[in-house]
Amino acid sequence: MSSYILRRVLVTIPVMAIVALFVFSLLYIAPGDPAAVIAGDQASPADVERIRQSLGLDRPFLVQFGSWIWQILHLDLGTSIFTNLPVASMIAQRIEPTLSLMALTLVLTIIIAVPLGVIAAWKAGSWIDRVIMAFAVSAFSLPVFVVGYILAYVFALELEWFPVQGYTPFTEGFWPWLQNLILPSIALGCVYIALIARVTRASMLEVLQQDYIRTGRAKGLGQPSILFVHALKNAAVPIVTVIGIGVALLIGGAVVTESVFAIPGLGRLTVDAILRRDYPVIQGVVLMFSFLYTLVNLMVDLTYTVIDPRIRY
Amino acid sequence: MSVSATTAVIPPGLAIAKALPDLMLPVKVRRGVLGFLRNNPTVAIGGTLLLVLVLIGIFAPYLWTVDPTALAPARRLRAPSADFWFGTDALGRDVYSRVLYGTRVSLTVGLSVALLATFAGLAIGLVSGFVRWADSIVMRVMDGLMSIPPILLAVALMALTRGSVGNVIMAITVAEIPRVSRLVRGVVLSLREQAYVDAAVACGTRTPMIILRHILPNTLAPMLVQATYVCASAMIVESILSFIGAGTPPTIPSWGNIMAEGRALWQVKPYIVFFPAAFLSLTVLAVNLVGDGLRDALDPRMAKSL
Repeated sequence: MSSYILRRVLVTIPVMAIVALFVFSLLYIAPGDPAAVIAGDQASPADVERIRQSLGLDRPFLVQFGSWIWQILHLDLGTSIFTNLPVASMIAQRIEPTLSLMALTLVLTIIIAVPLGVIAAWKAGSWIDRVIMAFAVSAFSLPVFVVGYILAYVFALELEWFPVQGYTPFTEGFWPWLQNLILPSIALGCVYIALIARVTRASMLEVLQQDYIRTGRAKGLGQPSILFVHALKNAAVPIVTVIGIGVALLIGGAVVTESVFAIPGLGRLTVDAILRRDYPVIQGVVLMFSFLYTLVNLMVDLTYTVIDPRIRY
Repeated sequence: MSVSATTAVIPPGLAIAKALPDLMLPVKVRRGVLGFLRNNPTVAIGGTLLLVLVLIGIFAPYLWTVDPTALAPARRLRAPSADFWFGTDALGRDVYSRVLYGTRVSLTVGLSVALLATFAGLAIGLVSGFVRWADSIVMRVMDGLMSIPPILLAVALMALTRGSVGNVIMAITVAEIPRVSRLVRGVVLSLREQAYVDAAVACGTRTPMIILRHILPNTLAPMLVQATYVCASAMIVESILSFIGAGTPPTIPSWGNIMAEGRALWQVKPYIVFFPAAFLSLTVLAVNLVGDGLRDALDPRMAKSL
């Protein structure tokens, strides 16, 4: 068991190294002169040269990459071109709202999507199933900001149940925090809910056909016990996998959700960085989120061994 | 004894069961394109919707539109009316014309990314499915690429290039390739184990011919379905990129741009955001319906489960 965990953790290191290499080489892959693009159209040659130096583009590729990796290992993500502050501390300042949003969305999604999928599988072919699946297809087609605006319009502007925009830190109380985050979380979670509900349904349908379920019925187990204890446990591996993969949707969606609901998180930082062409900040955010995503999927892989002790790599 | 049992009088309270209905209904075979569409109503609905949107995109200049970039400060922020069907924005531009022209950007991006990512993914997937030593390298690289959330990857690429439709297509394609090539590789690996491939090998067929004749045709069905999903996701990513200011330049009316411009005013003038949002959702829905329908039609085993 522990050797498996150790091996799985070690496999993550080369993946992270490739991510770092790729994020770094983007500067070279992009067509044209990145320094000139970042400097903007009105920049003087001196400005372009200054940016080229601050990005380190005047040095050989391997030297740059080496020193960049060395910095990252020391948690130094470089310096912003616009504010001259360290990118790492800029990210640290903005990370709480984003992590709050993602955590709440994850919890809401699992609470909503898994039961939906289980019910759809249980009532497969009935109108309930059809309604849930129709919801899943439409939720796939609704971009996150569209859902966000609809929710904000109906529940914040018209009904005034929730604040339209903004964010209250968790330290100022749970309710104000929740009130501000509930609409963004639902908006962000919509696609995710659809995805997980579909996979839960598919996985449950397969499990519900197996013999031991019939045995459970025959010995008089109640329907909830069959569905949520006996079947769900065996249907869990694909569901957990998709929860892990779907975190990528959450990360991408969070950037947009934050600008719809004016939440001062990493999404806003990214959008501001795009407008100011502040590439080190964008690079830092991409790298941070990619590592986060890799770690989430590492944890997903490790939970497999808990859910299904047969799984060993 | 047994004879008397079969002719026994039916006890009170029990009735003879009705004859069971004939479960084997006659199968109606429908042929041709129209038959296919009748058998797969989702494809028909999605396809029709998509066709209408394509026509709107092509004939945008003739559909009672005005120049979508024409500024008219005198008629700023008019609500939808008979003159301005979808109202006007903060610079007095006609939202109806802008939304109709925006169809072109979305469809161009969706279609181009679907084509490019499918071809690139097909090539990479075929190579790594057949060339053992390349497989582990290519797949590690794809794992790394897949660890970068696609939208962020596209954002980073766009931050390094000038905003143009071509660059948006390139950025989204790069972000989509890993998923497509993983899928192709998976299909190729399972096809390699098929008996007919063994038979071809035994007949002395060369590897390129096996790929071309036996493997490639069988990847087409899953690739077609995958391409529709790539197309849908590309259109969403394009609108997101434009919405956060990293997509098509503001001079080109795209749905994301229109929404980005309406964002500051959406609490008082929600229609500026509403119309492009509705068009975008409808387009993506149409593509997804076609994709779901094709998947059900091409892979009946999947249809039952998902």
